Amino acid sequence: MQAVKISDKVYWVGAIDWNIRDFHGYSTPQGTTYNAFLILSEKPTLIDTVKKEFYPEMMARIKSVMDPKKIEIIVSNHAELDHSGGLPQAVSEIQPKEIYASDMGVKNILAQLHPSFEIKPVKTGDKIDIGGDTISFIEARMLHWPDSMFSYLEKENILFSNDVFGMHLATSKLFDDENDEHIWLPEAEKYYANIVLPYSDIALRFLANVKKMNLTPKIIAPDHGFLWRKEPARIVNLYEKWAAQAPQKKVVVVYDTMWGSTQKMAEYVTEGLRQGGMEVKQMSMHGCHRSEVAHELLNAGGLVIGAPVINSEIFPSMADVLCYLKGLKKKNLVGGVIGSYGWNPAPVNALAEWLKAAQVELAAPVVSAKFSPTPQVLESCRQLGLTIAQKITEKINP
Amino acid sequence: MKYVCEVCGYVYDPAVGDPDHGFAPGTKWEDIPADWVCPVCGVGKDQFKPME
Repeated sequence: MQAVKISDKVYWVGAIDWNIRDFHGYSTPQGTTYNAFLILSEKPTLIDTVKKEFYPEMMARIKSVMDPKKIEIIVSNHAELDHSGGLPQAVSEIQPKEIYASDMGVKNILAQLHPSFEIKPVKTGDKIDIGGDTISFIEARMLHWPDSMFSYLEKENILFSNDVFGMHLATSKLFDDENDEHIWLPEAEKYYANIVLPYSDIALRFLANVKKMNLTPKIIAPDHGFLWRKEPARIVNLYEKWAAQAPQKKVVVVYDTMWGSTQKMAEYVTEGLRQGGMEVKQMSMHGCHRSEVAHELLNAGGLVIGAPVINSEIFPSMADVLCYLKGLKKKNLVGGVIGSYGWNPAPVNALAEWLKAAQVELAAPVVSAKFSPTPQVLESCRQLGLTIAQKITEKINP
Repeated sequence: MKYVCEVCGYVYDPAVGDPDHGFAPGTKWEDIPADWVCPVCGVGKDQFKPME
């Protein structure tokens, strides 16, 4: 296992998780990486660690360039276990002189790992001298945890951005210019949609504040996926676009079905949306993953939800995805509800309340079918699609 | 008085309120109900402190 040189004194010493397919409930069909970085300054410094299981891989890479016991400083930019899980073992083996984290990072690492070692809190604007270079810290609260932090290596101009600007993509190629955009762009979108989206307003404010600092990073080095060296501004610009959540002519129809009624209704809604000029993604939860739905919703202006009723509750797979989507707080959505029931329509009607709670604008009343949809109900579904398409078009071209 | 969330740094400003969740500008902190949660990180009122 070799470290990979990324600039004069900085090496990538992370790990590649080729086979992870479920990252805490986020589907990762292309695996991921846990990036850690070693700075060979006069006071050698390790930025972040890796998931506990990958600790031996990180240490092997460190040992390929230096004796780990010579590392004097460890910086922990994020308390989540995929970056801090290796910290206790690293501290034990390396015996660093100093460990730094954000104020909230210290609290969260204490609660997460119950360590016996001391961690020094730093805040935005604090700097540490690592001998021959300086690291300055920028707290990135709620991007995406309260403890999240950026570290900027001043002379080498490298911005260690932790989870921000990353993606779940296991790749042997460490830089943006070596990876195919057709592969990375969907993964970068999916990461934003599933991890950063609820904090989009904070992201916009944060990015504006960072711009005022006049940093000119030649490399942006996130903790997942590859590093941005060819065009670091590319991912920053994408973040600004995604965070703005401008309505677009795309609608996601997410539903499940027991005996085909809701499925058929969804097809008619999709037909109406298409006739209204929308791009449509029709996704059955009998096969689609919640994180794929979140991904498709990132560039959408509408959301239609459809559920059958079972024992006076909505179908459980829909409860799953609706719970997940509500937490992601996607803005600027026009919505609709469809569903089928045998004898109790209340659970379908209650989905209108879900849309309201999720701040989705209900375009038209709920369309429901008792057992199987009649031709009239199916026509109402098509009309629902047309109405949503019209409202989205009006929002885009007022 | 403004109140700050100790978890995420969100500031509740009575002059602004929390209109997205039904609390108009001018709503005092004391009039925000106990089941209100931080609109950014989701914690309860007990994790807010008065701003200096």
